[in-house]
Amino acid sequence: MALIHLSSPHVSKANATNRVMRLVLIATLPALLALTLFFGWGSLIQLLLASTTALLFEAICLHLRKRPVLFFLRDGSALVTAVLIALAIPPFAPWWIVVIGTFTAIVIAKHLYGGLGNNPFNPAMVAYALLLISFPMEMTQWNAPFVLLGDHWSVLASFKDSLIIIFTSMNQTLIDAYTGATPLEVLKHRSGMTTEEVWRNNPVLNQGVFAWYGISAAWLMGGVFLIYRKVFTWHAPFSMLVTLFLLSSLFYAGDPSNFADPFVHLGVGATMMCAFFIATDPVSGATSNKGKVIFGIGVGALVYIIRTWGSYPDAVAFAILLMNLTAPFIDHYTQPRSYGHERANRGTGGRS
Amino acid sequence: MTRIYSFHGGIHPPDNKRQSLGAPIKQAPLPSRLILPLQQHIGKSATPIVEVGDRVLKGQKIADATGFISAALHAPSSGTVTYIGLQPAPHASGLESPCIVIEADGLDEWISKKAIADFRSIQKKALLDHIRESGVAGLGGAGFPTDIKLNLGKDHIINTLIINAAECEPYITADDALMRERPDEILKGVEIIAHLLEPSKILIGIEDNKPNAIKALRDYIREYQLPIEVVVVPTLYPSGGEKQLIQLLTSIEVPSGSIPADVGIVCQNVGTAAAIYRAVELGEPMISRIVTLTGFALGHRQNYDVLMGTPFSVLLEAAEVDRDKMFRLVMGGPMMGISIEDDRIPVIKTTNCIIAATQEEMPPAPPAQPCIRCGMCEQVCPASLLPQQLYWFAKGREFDKARHHNLFDCIECGACAYVCPSNIPLVQHYRFAKSEIRNEEAEQQKSIQARERFEARQARLAREVAEKEQRRKERAEAAAKEQARKKLEQDQTTHATPNAEAELKKLKTAASVARTKLKKAREALKNAEDKDLDGIEKLQATVAQLEEKAGEAERAWQDASGAKQ
Repeated sequence: MALIHLSSPHVSKANATNRVMRLVLIATLPALLALTLFFGWGSLIQLLLASTTALLFEAICLHLRKRPVLFFLRDGSALVTAVLIALAIPPFAPWWIVVIGTFTAIVIAKHLYGGLGNNPFNPAMVAYALLLISFPMEMTQWNAPFVLLGDHWSVLASFKDSLIIIFTSMNQTLIDAYTGATPLEVLKHRSGMTTEEVWRNNPVLNQGVFAWYGISAAWLMGGVFLIYRKVFTWHAPFSMLVTLFLLSSLFYAGDPSNFADPFVHLGVGATMMCAFFIATDPVSGATSNKGKVIFGIGVGALVYIIRTWGSYPDAVAFAILLMNLTAPFIDHYTQPRSYGHERANRGTGGRS
Repeated sequence: MTRIYSFHGGIHPPDNKRQSLGAPIKQAPLPSRLILPLQQHIGKSATPIVEVGDRVLKGQKIADATGFISAALHAPSSGTVTYIGLQPAPHASGLESPCIVIEADGLDEWISKKAIADFRSIQKKALLDHIRESGVAGLGGAGFPTDIKLNLGKDHIINTLIINAAECEPYITADDALMRERPDEILKGVEIIAHLLEPSKILIGIEDNKPNAIKALRDYIREYQLPIEVVVVPTLYPSGGEKQLIQLLTSIEVPSGSIPADVGIVCQNVGTAAAIYRAVELGEPMISRIVTLTGFALGHRQNYDVLMGTPFSVLLEAAEVDRDKMFRLVMGGPMMGISIEDDRIPVIKTTNCIIAATQEEMPPAPPAQPCIRCGMCEQVCPASLLPQQLYWFAKGREFDKARHHNLFDCIECGACAYVCPSNIPLVQHYRFAKSEIRNEEAEQQKSIQARERFEARQARLAREVAEKEQRRKERAEAAAKEQARKKLEQDQTTHATPNAEAELKKLKTAASVARTKLKKAREALKNAEDKDLDGIEKLQATVAQLEEKAGEAERAWQDASGAKQ
């Protein structure tokens, strides 16, 4: 056999981008399970729909860009984006929401910027922000978790009914009967009540919040699994959660009747999903460990600021996109101190 | 007990060491031809001192060290020099390089060995010279001439001598085998090094995957009166990198661009220590080393004691290679070794391992996927660099930025490429960027030189023009002076001149008058002769008289005018 000439190293770890993506997908399973348990089949249907369309858009883009379609489809990155979109939108949102979402994410936010590895913004969050701004009604109508529905649970529990709701349209009485605001919205639009009064009066909070805590716990489980498998490091999630916790504690301690408590901030909305599955996106985030900490702090602070004083109750998408903008800058100023150097280099080092 | 520190990153590749440790070190066969590249070390190539046709004895010096950083070369066996010139040699480029080829006669006849009975009794300078003459170079991998590391002069005080026994690369067990079987040689070598450097402590750094070697060294250490300790470090590639081992054992980082001696540390490999012992106490120059032969294309995987210059093919045959199964041939370890296409190349001082790998063992890397900046490379980089950023900069030819991100602190250990999920050949990108920057620098240096030369030329030309101008001026001045002088002279002679000229005119006139008279007289004489008139004699006399006079007048005029000219 003819010997080949190759550059070292001559061995490599059995490791592949698609393995990384597969681990991420596995890590979303608890959240999918929790969402299905608490909110019905909707999320699963959205997930299947999102995956199919995302792969389709990905294939079309790769074909148009004259890239080997199968080779790149196998990297699984489109699937991850699709799953994140599907699990972020309301489970019974109409089908076109998710299709527009995957189109925005895959075609506009990813391939128009040069495909995998070159997108400056997190594709799923670009899609989410676009949907939230364009279709505020559809994007904020979550059905009530089953703990609130009692006997009516059966209406949303049937897989067939779920399909009908998503692909045709939910009739208005169903919407009125079974959908409601999310806890963050309830807390935000409280019409003059104190935090305590809202909690006492609103079933979304005093009963339904446990469903949200359950989902957050599921995301947290997935995140810890990925840290354990060394898919990403603890830096960004930890610093984001700590920042959010500290800020919300500070304001809650100062004025408990007007501000939500820290556990609400950590436990409801997309906080946990963002911390472990969005803020850790390596492509659009900061790259060094120090940079990731700063990135996480920025996301945590922005989430709190936008949730508390902004007009959108869930702020995760905007916080991420704003911090994506700063990532290259953070990278320039957070180089680690290399071996044998007294201090870390700063700036770009270019002539620019 | 010495505390163990840690270095950033590191990886745990499968170590594949067990396979080659099943049998003791075996003597490799004496090949019929020994090929000795002149460059087996860092520094300048050695200069041959033998000629084609010379008979050489085992251990005889065949090439001298050239300049300061260089190493001498010795005949590994007795035989005849048959060729000096280009041969395939172990180098990453795969290019041929100058070699001395010896046809071994099979007698293996030693030259008389020059051993030093008691190294403490001779001067350090003489001891160092002896080590230099023995051609000892670092056996760990880089092949740095050892005498230089031991001869640091007064500006370096060495606190710590580190003996590198980590052998962190997978597959390689040459040092492990040496430590198990010949710990005394190593420690005797350490004694000599310690005598030369006088360190206050000696640390032998060894990975915890070599329990037998650790035990062997510890058993022997008791016999030596040295401040020596065997420090066991966790198995983590690249703990055997000089800088990483120093950090592990002392927590000191060698400053970027410095050598360990600048921070009071010298690092020597165990094999080098043993080679120093052999050179000094046995008088055997560096003509053999231990080489691990391993990889699943071989029937026998074990360590061999190999003469320098033995072609790989001889060793592969000895280890019963299955050439159909051999897919990749690597010299060195799988992480930093170089792949070899031509198995005729010889073992040199830095050949610690030969891996004949099957395709399953070292499959070709799958095609590279886009970098997603996952940062796994950053987590394993022992130099605390940002490999993902360096990759972008290398790829985008943004060399300024690559440099700013400390590209040149990269030790090319390959940990980043090992973990990269996108299978990007990162190290190759860094080597490319480094060589581009070096070329750019060389170009810059050249252009600076060219500019300096151009400027020097311009200056010279300007100087020459100025000098010319100066000379012209001087000449003009001189000429003007001369003119003035002449004028003055002329003025002085003007009064005499008119007389002289008038006289000349007079003389001329006289001469022409005389000539006319002569002419007329001749005509008259001719006429008379033709008509046969009387008085011819008288006329003849007149003509003769006139001829005389005309001649006189002519001469006078001529003389006068000649004098004037």
